[in-house]
Amino acid sequence: MTTRIYLDHNATTPPAPEVVDGMTRSLREAFGNASSIHAEGQRAKAAVDDARTEVARLIGAEPGDIIFTGGGTEADNLAIRGVLDAAAPTRSRLVVGGIEHEAVINTAKALAKRGSAVTVLRVDRDGLVDPGALADALADDVALVSVMTANNETGVIQRVAEFARLAHGHGALFHTDAVQAVAKIPVDVAALEVDLLALAAHKFGGPKGVGALWLRRGTLLSGVITGGRQERNRRAGTENVPAIVGFGVAARLARERLATDGPLVGALRARLESAILELIPGTAVNAAGAPRVPNTTNIAFENVEAESLLIALDLEGIAVSTGSACSSGTLEPSHVLRAMGLPHRRVQSSIRFSLGSTTTGEEIDRVLAVLPGVVQRLRAVGRR
Amino acid sequence: MSVVQGKRIVVAMSGGVDSSVAAALLKESGYDVIGLSMQLYDQREGDVTFGSCCTIDDLHDARRVAVSLGIPHYIINLERRFEETVVANFVHEYLAGRTPLPCAHCNSELKFAELIDRASAFGADEVATGHYARVDQDQATGRWRLLRGVDSTKDQAYFLFPLTQAQLAHAVFPLGHLRKTEVRELARAQGLPVADKRDSQEICFVPNNDYASVVARRAPEAVLPGRIEDTSGHLVGQHEGIHHFTIGQRKGLGISAPAPLYVVRIDAGTRTVVVGAKTDLERSALEATGVNWIAGGEPSGPVRATAQIRYRHAPAAATIEPLGTARARIVFDTPQPAITPGQAVVFYDGDEVLGGGWISATLR
Repeated sequence: MTTRIYLDHNATTPPAPEVVDGMTRSLREAFGNASSIHAEGQRAKAAVDDARTEVARLIGAEPGDIIFTGGGTEADNLAIRGVLDAAAPTRSRLVVGGIEHEAVINTAKALAKRGSAVTVLRVDRDGLVDPGALADALADDVALVSVMTANNETGVIQRVAEFARLAHGHGALFHTDAVQAVAKIPVDVAALEVDLLALAAHKFGGPKGVGALWLRRGTLLSGVITGGRQERNRRAGTENVPAIVGFGVAARLARERLATDGPLVGALRARLESAILELIPGTAVNAAGAPRVPNTTNIAFENVEAESLLIALDLEGIAVSTGSACSSGTLEPSHVLRAMGLPHRRVQSSIRFSLGSTTTGEEIDRVLAVLPGVVQRLRAVGRR
Repeated sequence: MSVVQGKRIVVAMSGGVDSSVAAALLKESGYDVIGLSMQLYDQREGDVTFGSCCTIDDLHDARRVAVSLGIPHYIINLERRFEETVVANFVHEYLAGRTPLPCAHCNSELKFAELIDRASAFGADEVATGHYARVDQDQATGRWRLLRGVDSTKDQAYFLFPLTQAQLAHAVFPLGHLRKTEVRELARAQGLPVADKRDSQEICFVPNNDYASVVARRAPEAVLPGRIEDTSGHLVGQHEGIHHFTIGQRKGLGISAPAPLYVVRIDAGTRTVVVGAKTDLERSALEATGVNWIAGGEPSGPVRATAQIRYRHAPAAATIEPLGTARARIVFDTPQPAITPGQAVVFYDGDEVLGGGWISATLR
């Protein structure tokens, strides 16, 4: 059995040992309901609030403005549905980027089906949302603009602060899905000038099933999940204490390590990318012209079916991904690459490598040793 | 140490008991097994209940089996190719007044064609399926022979007749020597999660055996009403489209008559369905196109064989006359009932498949 090389950190990350320890301890020692008045409840509440402080510090926010959710998707849903529900009747339009994650795209589609006006912003060939398109879309009926901070498939970083200022100029609120940006690049809610920001723990060493929405104080937001008064009446349901504790630990680690890990990961990505371009003819980096988070590279391999390349690499012990996976685990053409105007053939030939803080130079070397042969084999079959 | 030890093989896994046991047997014999499941059609369209092979639940079953065997498993998306080849042909055949046999088309044009390529890309030289059939190499000629499965109640060689020599050279049928009851026992003994799953009976992309709806949904403009006539050309009724009918059909004609009536002919050109008595169904010969001579290339003259005109048909003695350009005339010793254009005629010498083709016309 060969050791596996995991290069799919944008899908999810292995939990940090400190996270596992923290969660285990929480399960053992802080089982109480954080809403209870007794000692057990207080212990749980303290654990949740410690985590809230760590999550807030990671994004330059105040703990009191963090709403814990059941993940990044739920945070996006709460932001979009919550803002539209609370907005003045004259402001009913939602504006979203053309390369958003399904959490945003499909929420927008669901709202459009129920009668909300939705505008989708075009992107350029590098996947950057066009500021001109946003300016054109902004009118007095816009309640919320939602553009992601960094894209999950290409890693492209959007000019969020500029977009937020534009939105504010027209009295609209601005939300950003920062799930793929947090812990990869510095994310600071003040610098981004946004009103809402979503993040998820499992993208940086935390557990799945927990995320957060940061909400600028004073922003009107209706709850989506109704019930008890948890999370300042914004998100009902007994707090998932161990997951939140794990989230807190992961946030602390990310804050402590970002300055050193970022450049290391970036150097490995650069090595991987340039070596692939050099060693394998007919390759190109998608969105190469845009600023990108340091861990992600999305590469097209001419005349190679991405689905087969993914499987062939998995059989070699290398985990990568392509597009977005549907429920049965098969592949659909990436809506992100299509929105960038890439030809169908190139979309179907593109693979995402996403590195993490545990990725090593030896792993990259191993990938570079294996990949050219695999690609050559696939191309030989394709030519038959 | 076995000769296959560590040899990589791809097994097509449908999530049913047969392909699951095939995978288990290969793994047991030392192969490095990779499971592949094919997603062939969009299962989210509408609220229809899909047929019994390769629904999303079946794909999950395949994955559970793969996990229990400890083999890698992937689902590959072949929706587009399936629609363009198998489904398009299915619709075209019905609209031409024939009754298609999609599983045989799928085996040659999609399943083996695609899987052998994929396998080679994954470093595997062979492709296995759970078909009840056998393949071996004629040592004298070097040609690959296709043989019936030993379980005559499950034998599926009929559906494999279009396989080329190149495809057969890469094909492995681990169940060919087994009986279905043995396969079930093996599944239970291995503790496979699908050991007691019922067999699929339907065509996978046709929900509730409703062929007509599949045709009508894809070619609504081609679905036109027409006449139902008796064998003398008298009008006896109307129909809603020839795709509702197959040769030998008795039900759903909407005609009351003193003696039972059967569809004896479908004329796509005039959209006429001809009905008659049971004896009117009998034909002594047929012509076939797309004939694939597996055993030894096209023979120079007529050969004696047994021929099967549908999957569940007792092989009948016949003379096969090659007509060139992959065509043949099959003359039966005794007339056969309900020979149906679009179905396959497969010729055998005992258990060996000599060849087969697509029934294009019937002759009295």
